[in-house]
Amino acid sequence: MNPIFKHGPSPQHRLVLVLFCSVALIFFDHKMNSFESARGFLQSMVSPLQYLATAPKQMMNWAAENVVTRRQLIDDNEQYKINELVFHEQALQLDIIKRENERLRALLASPLRGDAKKMVAEILAVDSDPYTHQVVINRGANDGVFEGQAVIDDEGIVGQILHVGTTSSRVLLITDVTHAVPVRISRNGVRLIASGVGVLGALSHNHVPHSTDIRVDDLLVTSGLGGKFPEGYPVAKVTSVLQDESRAFSQIQSEPVAKIDRLRYVLLLWPEQVNGEQSKTTKVSDKKANSK
Amino acid sequence: MTISSRLIILLTFLVALMASIMPLPLSVDAFRPDWVLVVLLYWCLALPARVNVISAWVMGFILDVLLGSTLGVHAGAMALSVYIIAGNFQKIRNFSIWQQALIVGVLSALYHLIVFWLQRFLTDAVFLPSYLYPVLTTIILWPWAFLLLRKIRRNFRIK
Repeated sequence: MNPIFKHGPSPQHRLVLVLFCSVALIFFDHKMNSFESARGFLQSMVSPLQYLATAPKQMMNWAAENVVTRRQLIDDNEQYKINELVFHEQALQLDIIKRENERLRALLASPLRGDAKKMVAEILAVDSDPYTHQVVINRGANDGVFEGQAVIDDEGIVGQILHVGTTSSRVLLITDVTHAVPVRISRNGVRLIASGVGVLGALSHNHVPHSTDIRVDDLLVTSGLGGKFPEGYPVAKVTSVLQDESRAFSQIQSEPVAKIDRLRYVLLLWPEQVNGEQSKTTKVSDKKANSK
Repeated sequence: MTISSRLIILLTFLVALMASIMPLPLSVDAFRPDWVLVVLLYWCLALPARVNVISAWVMGFILDVLLGSTLGVHAGAMALSVYIIAGNFQKIRNFSIWQQALIVGVLSALYHLIVFWLQRFLTDAVFLPSYLYPVLTTIILWPWAFLLLRKIRRNFRIK
């Protein structure tokens, strides 16, 4: 039934109402950050939609993984065996060096570094919004993910957790305009800030004096300052150093080492456990063992 | 307005939302048409008493949550674009499909520009011509989406 006379408020009134709502939402979300908890809730509400939207891609992946020849599988398997041998040998070396490092740190009375807890996550969706660089992963509050957690891939830092839902969460990539990560040059330890510029594959460094010792191809690693990212993970490689004396600072561009545009699996890092806590838990478990 | 027709309208919106977040290769991604806007504009032309500025705002809000942008950005832009159609639906209804497609293109450009202006205001985003590529694909999409949605509307007798 099409009513001849319209009911309800006119389009103008509706527009004014919703525009007012929009302005209020933008103000409270952007300036006051008052939707942090609601965001997590909304994220869990829409996660079925995200799982559904990735279904065709998942199906293609499944098909691609299942429709392979025997020959190919055998070849892959051989390659993995060789890789495993090489990595195992490297791990042995690393183990020795780690123990040696721990001994040296103990001699210097520096705090020891424990092993960080890690978890693999799969990329669910990549944002189609060109203004923000974010991806959605298939881990949420149920897996212990928390806001501000560091996310890496096999090459380097990818970003940090922005919003946590129950079964999925959102990762802010380091190339986003609103993101910056404290880094240092691994060659000489000079501290810089790597901020995103909104373009995949580029980071910029502001306020670097002309006298700074920095060269093209320098590796930038996380400095651990700021407390969000653990120390020592690779972030970017310097691609251009422009020292124009007519400008106040030299212009430095770098390129993320993580493959930000072709992510599939990422690693979530939990902060290293404090040694005191570890010993406490072992004591508790000892007591339990004794009482049994 | 039966429950089933309401469900079918909701279903078309759901498919549009899914199409707008479906992962695509990076080279094609810049050309992703505005699925939600196209579906909203069709229903607003066909049933202006059912789908209007408020539903546009709600869809935009869901899009905001899905895309992780500041809440209210896409919602406001979507509501403004649909408002223009809601005010002139009787004129635009009588245009030929290609004329409609041009109008949809203009609205889509307006939508992207509003989103860009808001983002520029909030986060200092820099304008790239690629932000307006979706306008082209939206113009191409409109006739097909229009014919398909009209078929759906007539088939299920949604009034």
